[in-house]
Amino acid sequence: MLELPLSEADARSLRVGETVYLSGEIITARDRAHARILERVALGERLPDHFYGAAVFHCGPIVAGSDGNWLVMAAGPTTSSRMDAVQAPVIEALGLRAVIGKGGMSADVGKTMESVGCVYLAATGGAAVTLAESVNHVIGVDWADLGMAEAVWRFRVSRFGPLIVAMDAHGNSLYADVERGLK
Amino acid sequence: MRIAVPEPIEQVVANLLRLANTKLPMDVGWALEAAAGWERNPVATTQLGCIMDNVKKAEFMGRPMCQDTGTPVFFVSGRFDHTIAESIRKGVAIATSSIPLRPNAVDPLTRENTGDNVGVGFPSIHYEPSDGDLRIDLLVKGAGSENMTRLAMLNPSGGRKAVEDFVYGAVVSARGNPCPPTVVGVGIGGTADDCVRMSKEALAVPLDADNPDGELAGMEESLFVRLNSSGLGPMGLGGDTTVLGVRIKKAHCHTASLPVAVSLGCWATRRASATIDGDGVATYGQGGSF
Repeated sequence: MLELPLSEADARSLRVGETVYLSGEIITARDRAHARILERVALGERLPDHFYGAAVFHCGPIVAGSDGNWLVMAAGPTTSSRMDAVQAPVIEALGLRAVIGKGGMSADVGKTMESVGCVYLAATGGAAVTLAESVNHVIGVDWADLGMAEAVWRFRVSRFGPLIVAMDAHGNSLYADVERGLK
Repeated sequence: MRIAVPEPIEQVVANLLRLANTKLPMDVGWALEAAAGWERNPVATTQLGCIMDNVKKAEFMGRPMCQDTGTPVFFVSGRFDHTIAESIRKGVAIATSSIPLRPNAVDPLTRENTGDNVGVGFPSIHYEPSDGDLRIDLLVKGAGSENMTRLAMLNPSGGRKAVEDFVYGAVVSARGNPCPPTVVGVGIGGTADDCVRMSKEALAVPLDADNPDGELAGMEESLFVRLNSSGLGPMGLGGDTTVLGVRIKKAHCHTASLPVAVSLGCWATRRASATIDGDGVATYGQGGSF
């Protein structure tokens, strides 16, 4: 069980293959949110405080209800490799400590995680109801104009998981290990 | 399930979307249970346990089991007329707000979302008219698996071995992206477009149904064993469970061609079907049809 936000030391203490659960605040971001983060950073803009040092969840949830009265119906991970080209600069710009998704990310992203002190946590793809059930509360939503799936949702979670440490801050990757063992 | 009152087609379609999204077909559930029984890798066991917990919660709570409620793919057969497409599109819009489903239909270039899962060519509808009762089969196709679809126009001299090697490579090179353990749908033969369509139809074949073609049944079995020995495992994190089943369909093709298509169904291979009799009364099931 890990309390968010993670410190750099917290992130560096994790090792590939470990199972963890998270409690605290996570934010969702997919393709378009990552693109917008980089646009704003390039313009020298300051993003909302909760973007910095965050645990970012690659997820386009189903959220019912309306402003201030949200109910997260389903919130599983999306395919992380779609963010491969933009993830490293986002990790550097925001000092992310954890990226949560499915399928893993490129070796380049792994190198950035190693230098910044960030981990990749693999959630079970499609486990959308189990994960949604650990969202206690929607703190808010940023960039709602991007639509339900692409907006940045702020979730207060407790015992969010199980998550597998699949890429750690020491250059190890469970995906690379599996790849070496493939028949 | 049979509701003995006539229902408009749009209501039948909305019911199919609710059934498919909230309840995993029994054969897929059994395949997951069986996998959990033989799996030796602890990370894989965690993944399978989380999947089964999620399936039970989704059914109990009546919620979509995955937030990617996909592209609805309909196969319409039997007797129907020109109004069927509009009825299906209405049903999809109704279900999008009532279940709710995630609005997924966007313009391919502007990426503008239509908001109700209805757009040009969305949902996907295939037609096969016949003299029987109207039947609507639904496959809910998530993008993680759809993005891993592969087509090869092989050299015919490669034969069965080339086909099996291509299928193996398509599944293993997809890594964890299509949410393994997957259902592998394979089309062999036809034209390029028919081949891909067959591979998708194959995903609607229940895992416990015997393939009537003996040679195809043998290929399904040999690919199943080979793929589950690959080591890729659930979510590509390693393990003994990479696929839940392999389903193959074939058609005659040009003498100079050997098309092979692979469509992958994520572990949540979601399907439902309805047969509508002459009085407009629908009978629902999740057994597949092809």
